[in-house]
Amino acid sequence: MNSMLGLVPSILMMASPILICALGGMISERSGVVNIALEGLMGFGAFAAATANVLLEASLPGWSVWISLAMAAAVGALVSLVHAFASISLNADQVVSGTGINLLANGVTVFLCQIIFHHERTNSFRQGMVAGPGGIYPTAYIALLLLVAVWYVLYRKPVGLRLRACGENPQAAASAGIDVRRMRYRAVFVSGALGGLAGGCLVLTQTIEYKENMINGAGFIALAAVSFGRWIPKGVAGAACLFGAAVAFSIYVVNIPSLRVLPPEFFSVLPYVITLVTLVLFSGKDYAPRAAGQPYEKGAS
Amino acid sequence: MDIKRRALVDRLASSNAAMSVLVVLLGFLVGTILVLAVGRDPANMYRAIIQVVSGFDLARGTWNARYIGEWLVASVPLILCGLSMAFAARAGLFNIGAEGQYIVGLTVAQFASFYLPSVPVFHWAAAVVLGMLAAAGWGGVVGFLKAKYAVSEVVATIMMNYIALYVSRYATQLIPGTNTYKTPSFPATARLSNSWLESVTNGSRLNTGLFLALAAVLLFWFVMEKTRTGFALRATGFNKDAARCSGINVQRSLTLSMAISGAFAGLAGCIVALGSFGYGRVLAGLDGYGFNGIAVALVGNSTAIGTLLAGLLFGMLQSAQPLMQSRQIPKEVTYIISGLVVVFISLRSGIGLLLEARSKEQAKSAARKGELRDE
Repeated sequence: MNSMLGLVPSILMMASPILICALGGMISERSGVVNIALEGLMGFGAFAAATANVLLEASLPGWSVWISLAMAAAVGALVSLVHAFASISLNADQVVSGTGINLLANGVTVFLCQIIFHHERTNSFRQGMVAGPGGIYPTAYIALLLLVAVWYVLYRKPVGLRLRACGENPQAAASAGIDVRRMRYRAVFVSGALGGLAGGCLVLTQTIEYKENMINGAGFIALAAVSFGRWIPKGVAGAACLFGAAVAFSIYVVNIPSLRVLPPEFFSVLPYVITLVTLVLFSGKDYAPRAAGQPYEKGAS
Repeated sequence: MDIKRRALVDRLASSNAAMSVLVVLLGFLVGTILVLAVGRDPANMYRAIIQVVSGFDLARGTWNARYIGEWLVASVPLILCGLSMAFAARAGLFNIGAEGQYIVGLTVAQFASFYLPSVPVFHWAAAVVLGMLAAAGWGGVVGFLKAKYAVSEVVATIMMNYIALYVSRYATQLIPGTNTYKTPSFPATARLSNSWLESVTNGSRLNTGLFLALAAVLLFWFVMEKTRTGFALRATGFNKDAARCSGINVQRSLTLSMAISGAFAGLAGCIVALGSFGYGRVLAGLDGYGFNGIAVALVGNSTAIGTLLAGLLFGMLQSAQPLMQSRQIPKEVTYIISGLVVVFISLRSGIGLLLEARSKEQAKSAARKGELRDE
């Protein structure tokens, strides 16, 4: 039992980036834009954060991690504008443009690593994020704060209602005077910022450098958490914690005698199997925003 | 003159093949600018590409056919994963799962090579068939879930990719004598190696998989364009409801298209396992052929011949990587080019949209002028 309690900080460490990224995905999908680029946006964010931290930690000790996180969010938001432009302004297939960004992410980030650091990863930073009391990283509090903020804005503010309307029935929203395209732009922009931030949180707590394929599916897990959490903050938070726990277990299973009978792959595969099964089980009731994935065309009924 | 030029622009915009060429050229243009921007010589990038395609080393003036062989080796799985994506796309599905189906084919082929009797030809042929069947099942499940329960094939296939990866890791480690990253060597009869192809290409890894891939391209074309099944699939892709109303079994079409799509990706896995490697691998991550296959199919407009050409193009980029790196060109520029190509393709529908809007506006203003003249 003690060892289980000892796992809580690492579960939170794993779950925080997933939750932050999933919140971004949720906002985007609730506005009607499927953001399959989350994986790539996390990569951009992780690269930006690692680079900023390496370059700044000597001159700005203590501050550099926070500046790095801000950089990660900014870069993520900036890159997401490409997805926004393609899928909102040009009515492109949202899955195709998202896939394009995912393909670009590894290329651009490692290319820049080669230019800045002259090898295929960033230099290692000496000090990532420092864990607070109980070994819990500040990223957990950031995630919690964002969760409450996102819930508040989506469900207690007029802008949240409008955003959700754009994802359910954009034509009706437009007839009520909402600028659907602008709303979707904002949503994708925020989801890009959150995706980038999530990548930054991941790189500053879980490793000491950015390298190719470092995100390794975390963005896709976040995407799954959005579906598994049925597109509501409460559900997405639960799903992110569950998936974070599964990832933590798959790493620490060798230290836990009672779980050692199971291969680590069992825990790695768990989040994906759970998601797939729940997608099938809940398939009858449609929880997805109705207009998610469909381009909005003015005047179409 | 102006009208003539506009007509040409419109015709180019509506021609898929021309747009693909344009998009690829744009990708290369941006890649070249990028290389220039970081102070490297783009000529080195093109020298590397020419060396891969022709075997000529322009800097040294030597010729080595092995480069051509390795280019084809890199292209074969890309072509097949492209066919996989294309086949599903024609039925209106977005198969992100080629990666997982590839892994399933690869894993089953690895198992078959250790547990099937060592009979020449039968051994590798049976391994390939089993790998393809397993991958077809892996893909077919997603098609079935989509058809029966309306589960999004995009999310489902991403999940299946990672399930395949971890199941493959676990299963491969069960093969006796396997360490954390590789199995013992395959028996010789399981290998796809082809001594003639090897000697023609000066000892490259080029293997029988090349012929299997070409056969797959032919099969794709035949099934898609010349059979009733292919017609049903395409009809489903164009308009599901219309297809259902005209008596096409849409559920069957969706399941079948994902299964055949999976078989193509599975074949890619078999060829990589039994052709390029002499041993089974405990995969540490995704190989990426499946994701690049998406780009291949998009550039190839989901046609057989287009996918073949696009696969050769992306194979060229991939196998030029080490040569670029040795000439101070960061090899990631090739990933950037393929990523850009996909982004530009997603913008393509928008470009068409803009052109349409412009011509509509012009028609409107022309009509207005006409009205004025009538008054």
